[in-house]
Amino acid sequence: MRDTLRFMTCGSVDDGKSTLIGRLLWESKQVFEDQLSALATDSTRYGTQGEAMDLALLVDGLQAEREQSITIDVAYRFFATPRRRFVVADTPGHEQYTRNMATGASTAELAVLVVNAAKGLQTQTHRHARIVAMLGVRHLVMAVNKMDLAGWDQAIFSQIVQEFQPLVDALGFESFQPIPVSALNGDYVTAHSSAAPWYTGPTLLSCLEEIDVSRGAEDLEFRMPVQWVNRPSQDFRGYCGRVASGRVKVGDRVRIVPGGMETTVRSIVTWHEERPAASAGDSITICLDSEVDVTRGNILASASDPAELSDQFEARVLCLSEHNLVAGRSYLFQLHTCQAVATITAVKYQVDVRLGTHLAARTLGLNDIGVVNLSIDRPVPFETYNRCRRLGSFILVDRLTNQTVGAGMIDFALRRAANIHWQAMDVNKAVRARQKLQRPVCLWFTGLSASGKSTIANLLEKRLFAAGRHTYTLDGDNVRHGLNRDLGFSEADRVENIRRVTEVARLLVDAGLVVIVSFISPYRAEREIARSRFEPREFLEIFVDTPIAECERRDPKGLYAKARRGALTNFTGIDSAYEPPDSPEIRLDTVVCTAEECVDRILFALDDNQAHKSAGAWEPS
Amino acid sequence: MTHSSTHPTSESESIPPARSYLAGLEAESIEIIREAVALADKPVMMYSIGKDSSVMLHLARKAFWPAPPPFPLLHIDTTWKFREMIAFRDRIAAESGIKLIVHTNHARLAEGVSPFTYDSERYTTMMKTEALKQALDREGFDIIMGGARRDEEKSRAKERIFSFRSAGHRWDPKMQRPELWNLYNARIHPGETIRVFPLSNWTEADVWHYIAEENIPVVPLYFAAPRPVVKRSGQWIMVDDDRFPLDPGETPEMRVVRFRTLGCYPLTAAVESSAATVSEIIQETQTARTSERCGRLIDFDQVASMERKKLEGYF
Repeated sequence: MRDTLRFMTCGSVDDGKSTLIGRLLWESKQVFEDQLSALATDSTRYGTQGEAMDLALLVDGLQAEREQSITIDVAYRFFATPRRRFVVADTPGHEQYTRNMATGASTAELAVLVVNAAKGLQTQTHRHARIVAMLGVRHLVMAVNKMDLAGWDQAIFSQIVQEFQPLVDALGFESFQPIPVSALNGDYVTAHSSAAPWYTGPTLLSCLEEIDVSRGAEDLEFRMPVQWVNRPSQDFRGYCGRVASGRVKVGDRVRIVPGGMETTVRSIVTWHEERPAASAGDSITICLDSEVDVTRGNILASASDPAELSDQFEARVLCLSEHNLVAGRSYLFQLHTCQAVATITAVKYQVDVRLGTHLAARTLGLNDIGVVNLSIDRPVPFETYNRCRRLGSFILVDRLTNQTVGAGMIDFALRRAANIHWQAMDVNKAVRARQKLQRPVCLWFTGLSASGKSTIANLLEKRLFAAGRHTYTLDGDNVRHGLNRDLGFSEADRVENIRRVTEVARLLVDAGLVVIVSFISPYRAEREIARSRFEPREFLEIFVDTPIAECERRDPKGLYAKARRGALTNFTGIDSAYEPPDSPEIRLDTVVCTAEECVDRILFALDDNQAHKSAGAWEPS
Repeated sequence: MTHSSTHPTSESESIPPARSYLAGLEAESIEIIREAVALADKPVMMYSIGKDSSVMLHLARKAFWPAPPPFPLLHIDTTWKFREMIAFRDRIAAESGIKLIVHTNHARLAEGVSPFTYDSERYTTMMKTEALKQALDREGFDIIMGGARRDEEKSRAKERIFSFRSAGHRWDPKMQRPELWNLYNARIHPGETIRVFPLSNWTEADVWHYIAEENIPVVPLYFAAPRPVVKRSGQWIMVDDDRFPLDPGETPEMRVVRFRTLGCYPLTAAVESSAATVSEIIQETQTARTSERCGRLIDFDQVASMERKKLEGYF
């Protein structure tokens, strides 16, 4: 049996999770005298138990938690009995902190689900049971707490257990042990009591000491993700990593995934010594017989049964951020030691965590769980989460904020890289677009000088870029200084200026890009010619409709003032005409709306426009 | 390994960690150190000279063996460390061949800041937290490894293994990045940093068992010996040099004491103990009735003291 048990406590808020852990620490004599006197002071200051010690304060370590008497973040505590050592993660019950609860569950082997006997099963009870099951926790203990408040009534206990049993069966836990307890008084936490003569099962502690959480015969062969290539000199080249599964010994044949090269393990190095073999959980350095190309993110695997490789997955994902996970958006993707870019190609459905049913969804919000399809920018080595937690779990990181916004588990590969063969195909606009997982489009801004075109265009490009779009902006700055250096501001030059910009935009759209054009482009005719060079819905005219008085008031470059003085001629709106569009796809009023709001409107219209287009380019086949 | 057979284990004692348990902790820490280095542009390891730093350094050397660890060590020297600590530091640096950066807040030193001129809170802020930020900013380190453990203190029990610090080195405990599985998000913008704690899941007992098992050298101050001490606020403080302001007519008395943690000598209380070997310390740790940091005066100078220091950038 394992000498260490990693477990977690979860359940609804106020069911007594922290008090229960405090009680376990207390009873297993893990509380020192100085911590005790601090506890006495804290109990008077923040405690919820009157004059008595508030054991929850032993675990609620943050000032905000103690002031509000709630758990916000996961706390890790350690205790031991003569039978076993324990690492316990105390996790928050509030729904808004579900992500912190999931953090605790990701490394737990067993969950103690706390239920308040006086309140019965709560939404969070179901939610937490589903989340721990989804994260691969296979053993569940249900601590029916506050039994003292329920008069130690066997009927109450039995009813809660009975009501919960169908969910246990549905989620397929390997073991389920309900225990009536009073964390406040200590009954059935570490010792039996006379409170419930009808209960003959184990105490919480003896249950934790005795449960066997070792997984059944694990048939997964040797796999080790490479963390670091150690190359101190010409004579030594070792691959450092922690063995994720199986066993490896000197002389074994291994394969590098991806790459597929096969070679032999020459030595296994640790500290001052070489080892004949290593197994799952060991941190080692492996030297290979032949010079092969291995980098961080590769997996060294048994040659006879190597790790899988794919760039398309179906995965369960928990959204960890206030910013929704959205189909079409791309994220940094971390899978074991491998970093890549992943695009959510489809949200298949959201899971109703109370009922387990599937809900139609296009996005996933904070704490939502859903099933998505992911497309990775290159094939990555993996195992499904059910086969190996370490090689099947990943996080999604926002490319702009660097926040961890999603946690996922690979269910299966949608296609295997081994089956991908290069087919003869013409590289054309559709193929280029599909490669970039986007539909090319030209977003044409028109409006007076100082109307806000560049501000909005820049912000728009940032937002599109963050969403993983491939973009390019054409504006006066990067065109007039190079390509159109020879052109002035006469009417003829203005027409030629727009003609050249149109052609460049068309080439960039053909390359599969989202192209933003930001020019005054004063003449209706030239804009219509531009539109005619694109396919329908490939050209969106965006009129930044700011009255000239307002533009003149802003005048950031002092151009209007100059033009009024006569120091600048052919200035649009002063001595050169501006012809406003009759029916632009989008009209923006910058007097009423902020730049952010304008960008939101464009993105909304863009989504709408994309939705109308025939299927094909968006979803990779 | 013989430590488990050198003393009897009674029912009331916690079990000595099995070899596999320590091996598991070791493997996890090595994995964390390798991740930190692989994900960093410019990593550094804090070296405070204590037993936890000794263990962390040992793990770092194992992680990259036969190469030396690919990062320097950083020591924030308040100039008030025990003399034996400084001697030990210099010996270890010379023997390991790893670059050691020592930084002192000289500006504050010149202003006369010392544990005797300021209260412990302000002294710690200036000579440790401020000094640490100066050194990190000057060198531009992006990932900073430290030897803090979750079992030391209740706000540390809440900390991630990869802990994000905003520009200015501040910790926001309410906005910690979710940290699932062994997947560490070390992505940062310029000016932001990540603190990494490879010993997060170790306990004080684990550290001592590992020191015994691996024969890791530690500062002799951890072992009981007759030392000159005076009583301040009910705690034994060692008079390590003649800068210590004795009361008129006061002379230090010789007592057999040792230290459970090491910091600035005027702010680190000794405990009366006869534990003179690692195995005796292990035995003492298992029957101790007070926590390890109870001798650290700086932990008790304000409510939620450690959390506040950590918010400002303290380790």
